[in-house]
Amino acid sequence: MPRDTGIGAATLRREDVRFLTGTGEYTDDIVLAKQTYAVFARSTVAHGKIKSIDTSAAAQMPGVLAVFTGDDFVDVGGNPAGWLINSRDGEPMKEPKRPVLAHGKVRHVGDAYAAVIAETVEQARDAVEAIEADIEELPAIIDMNAALSSSTYVHDEIETNQCFDWGWIEDNREATDTAIKNAHHVTTLELVNNRLVPNAMEPRASIGSYKASTGEYTLHTTSQNPHLTRLLISAFVLGIPENMLTVIAPDVGGGFGSKIYHYGEEALVLAAAKQVGRPVKWTADRTESFLTDAHGRDHVTKIELALDAEGNFLAFRTDTKANVGAYLSNFSTATPTFLHGTLMGGNYTVPLVYVNVKAVFTNTAPVDAYRGAGRPEATYSIERVIDKAARELGMDPIELRRKNFVKPDQYPYASAAGLEYDAGNYDALMDKMEEVADISGFEARRKASEAKGLMRGLGVNAYIEACGIAPSNLVGVLGSRVGLYDAATVRVNATGNISVMVGAHSHGQGHETAFPQVVSDMLGIDASTIDIVHGDTSKIPFGMGTYGSRSLAVCGSAVVRATEKIIVKAKKIAAHMLEVTDQDISLNDGVFSVEGTNKSVTFGEVALKAYIPHDYPLESIEPGLEETAFYDPANFTYPSGAYACEVEVDPETGKVRVDRMCAVDDFGNVINPMIVTGQVHGGLAQGIGQALVEQTFYDEYGQLLSASYMDYTMPRADDLPMFQVDHSQGTPCVHNPLGVKGCGEAGAIGSPPTVVNAVVDALQSGGHNITHIDMPVTPVRVWEAMQNAK
Amino acid sequence: MYNFDVVTPNTIAEAAAAMAGDEAQALGGGQTLIPTLKQRLASPNTLVSLSGVSEMQGITKSGDTLRIGGATTHHAVASDGSYPGLSGLAGQIGDPAVRNRGTIGGSLANNDPAACYPAAALASGATIITNTREIAADDYFQGMFETALEEGEIITAVSFPIPQAANYQKFVQPASRFALVGVFVAKYASGVRVAVTGASNDGVFRWTEAEEALSRDFSAAALEGLSVSEDDMISDLHGTARYRAHLIKVVTARAVTAAS
Ligand SMILES: Cc1cc2nc3c(=O)[nH]c(=O)nc-3n(C[C@H](O)[C@H](O)[C@H](O)COP(=O)(O)OP(=O)(O)OC[C@H]3O[C@@H](n4cnc5c(N)ncnc54)[C@H](O)[C@@H]3O)c2cc1C
Repeated sequence: MPRDTGIGAATLRREDVRFLTGTGEYTDDIVLAKQTYAVFARSTVAHGKIKSIDTSAAAQMPGVLAVFTGDDFVDVGGNPAGWLINSRDGEPMKEPKRPVLAHGKVRHVGDAYAAVIAETVEQARDAVEAIEADIEELPAIIDMNAALSSSTYVHDEIETNQCFDWGWIEDNREATDTAIKNAHHVTTLELVNNRLVPNAMEPRASIGSYKASTGEYTLHTTSQNPHLTRLLISAFVLGIPENMLTVIAPDVGGGFGSKIYHYGEEALVLAAAKQVGRPVKWTADRTESFLTDAHGRDHVTKIELALDAEGNFLAFRTDTKANVGAYLSNFSTATPTFLHGTLMGGNYTVPLVYVNVKAVFTNTAPVDAYRGAGRPEATYSIERVIDKAARELGMDPIELRRKNFVKPDQYPYASAAGLEYDAGNYDALMDKMEEVADISGFEARRKASEAKGLMRGLGVNAYIEACGIAPSNLVGVLGSRVGLYDAATVRVNATGNISVMVGAHSHGQGHETAFPQVVSDMLGIDASTIDIVHGDTSKIPFGMGTYGSRSLAVCGSAVVRATEKIIVKAKKIAAHMLEVTDQDISLNDGVFSVEGTNKSVTFGEVALKAYIPHDYPLESIEPGLEETAFYDPANFTYPSGAYACEVEVDPETGKVRVDRMCAVDDFGNVINPMIVTGQVHGGLAQGIGQALVEQTFYDEYGQLLSASYMDYTMPRADDLPMFQVDHSQGTPCVHNPLGVKGCGEAGAIGSPPTVVNAVVDALQSGGHNITHIDMPVTPVRVWEAMQNAK
Repeated sequence: MYNFDVVTPNTIAEAAAAMAGDEAQALGGGQTLIPTLKQRLASPNTLVSLSGVSEMQGITKSGDTLRIGGATTHHAVASDGSYPGLSGLAGQIGDPAVRNRGTIGGSLANNDPAACYPAAALASGATIITNTREIAADDYFQGMFETALEEGEIITAVSFPIPQAANYQKFVQPASRFALVGVFVAKYASGVRVAVTGASNDGVFRWTEAEEALSRDFSAAALEGLSVSEDDMISDLHGTARYRAHLIKVVTARAVTAAS
């Protein structure tokens, strides 16, 4: 019955059957008739002037159908940034063109300057090796400080390596400076939020095809948001009319942000398909993924926290340099600004917040949103500096946080960084965390570790983040060039089963299971008869895609609205069938009935009537039972949480082992607790990965030394403890119909500072005067820090 | 990959003949060579697959000597147990897929500076047996990826004197999980041998000071006061030279404790 498949049921993920049995269909699995293959020629230097590219030998190679260079795309547009940021002086950000293929210069290792289309991948590869490119190497701009003072520019036409110099909130700047100058105590911390390579299991892949008879293009691609990709290709890059381009993102094997964006390879395969008259497929190899997927994070930050004598927070001042890499990826300008600066008040009643962010071009891969996108950077800075302040003031880190928490009776709470928090209860989360993590048992565990010769540390954290991005009118004022709503169509078929076409794209999140639970709950029919359709612009009304933990809060709300419309119409049909007015009809467990009578019709009977309207009120309602809703939220949603981590550090080797990790999150209402737990687990694994092992290392020449799994460490199961996860303390979001907040990124936001706080605590307990170690906290870094602190 | 031919000899003689061909290369388990080929970093004309050469398979113990065929997999060595320290090492190489394919001959021929087997071979004073001669381990390892093997020479077997006690401790490089520092300690009636992998720019080497100290007193305490110079140590994103030098002592002490 519906209770078992509706809201709150921990049903198994139906999509997992095909994923686990190898029957999912990913872009590279798709074979179109007469398909050809693209391989790219990529720069081996970080910065160089393209003096000439001779493709004549390559073009003569066996199986080669076409060769493209940047010259072929000078007349089309560039891949734009989706968010306009204005500098403090009012000047708009610098927006150098990001072409389909590099033209004039190559700007990072892996930058594509040519492409070969051939009958087979191997033939295309052979031909790429035959391309003769004369590229004069230029000095590589890698370090952000050096970039800002350099007279060598990544983009010569803008004559600076600074994209923007942004202040938030600029009107608070002087007051913040004054508060810090006059404060009883100021804690200062300089830190690096390490660059991460997303490492989706499925590499990026695209197939372009073109039908000459109609002029229609189709792009199969690894995308988190096919409609946005279509919009960008149509309106900005190739100018293909939107109605002549279908974008299909089939099963997608993970994105973590990196597949939100449109990439040049997608435009190339479309243009090439038209020229060669056959479909063109490209699939990245792992090295290409390392070199060209948009990376994440990469902030260098100085944060100051001003406190009064009692430990009340007076101001946060943050100075950040954000690496945007060689080109502006679609969300790269929003991530370090509005997704970061606006969260710099944290969970706290701090009256003043000021953030300065300078975005810097370098000869490295583009950097953009990665699981958490700006909020992990904000949380890391805030929660690390609070921890340091607690140590300096000799206060308990939990008590210092509690003292400054926004209290439950203060909602809606206008944060000093410009957001309006709608609901939360941070003390309740902290209480629950202390219980689940067994904080009172820590000292005994510490003694046990010490008996083994290990240093043990406890780290805690409280985070707030903003999800479900968000009201179009607000983001429009802030510079977004797109609207941020979502859409859903609920189609009740004649036989009573239901297709729900959604704009959100599922690539691991479990939408195919969770969304039907919502509809099941509302209609009172079993979820197994409800199906989700997503990822195909020709089948779904519209969609802004999946990122920022927005799918359920935004698209799920559209599903609710469309289902409500279905119920309204279905009641009218039922009222006609039962010869009463629709106000008399109630819907329970899939049955429309008239209260106080035994008259009823089932949902299936109503559906059939809608499609076979022999006896039907055609004068007042149309046949059919299909409704669409677009939903534009009133605000962000604000998940929050309290985390605890315990680590053991080996004093001889510096190796850190995470022994306990507890995440207590407020996600509002929970539709499927098992899926939510899984999302938290994944986020924690990535957050612990960032904190302990993941290191993206460019040398001074711009070579990515960590460009394979031989040198880039991914967190593995044996790096992680069993997680303690709780989401019992939900305070429902007040402005969306489901009361949900979003859970996809929380684990990756809350865990890094928790882990680093624990490591510092462990080292302090071992008598090492260490107040900070930059992530990833690898054994060598810990050991070197211990040596240097001697 | 570039195109190449594959031959599958059944005997050492056939394999040796095939290796005499132009640009021929031995193929063991392919765990190192196949990824190299996929990245187009090598272009042999012919791969001579050794996995069908039955003379190069299997493990035989005679007296205090263990002879392991050159095409024997890590998994087979890990499961054997006649030389527990060696089996323990083999069981720490890679993952089950790697251990079921990778071979001792391939590992020793490759002589990756962070590989595990070279430490065992050197610490055990093993003999590398090829199709043409026998080479003492002390003469075999000649620096990173460098060995005494001649062009076309095939490792057909490795012979290990079984020690009284031995242990391999590996402090892993976190990404590859090869050795950041790996130490194999082997105690023989004639004395203790200590070989270190992962740490040095010169590849696997013997820590002779530790050998002398441990030959007098086979305990971790015997290492107190010793240190390793950081001069020739590898420095990279996973470890500074001085960190590796420090780890050698820590890891050696752990190996001694585990062995005794
Ligand atoms: C994921 C992964 C993890 C790994 N982890 C570890 C680890 O932790 N520790 C470790 O030590 N190693 C590790 N390895 C390497 C692994 O042990 C390899 O199996 C080994 O290095 C090479 O052995 P192979 O039989 O696969 O040789 P191949 O890859 O087939 O050959 C390697 C080289 O040796 C030559 N060769 C092969 N056999 C012979 C022979 N009998 N005589 C002469 N030349 C020969 C080949 O021509 C080639 O040059 C790992 C590998 C992978 C893929």
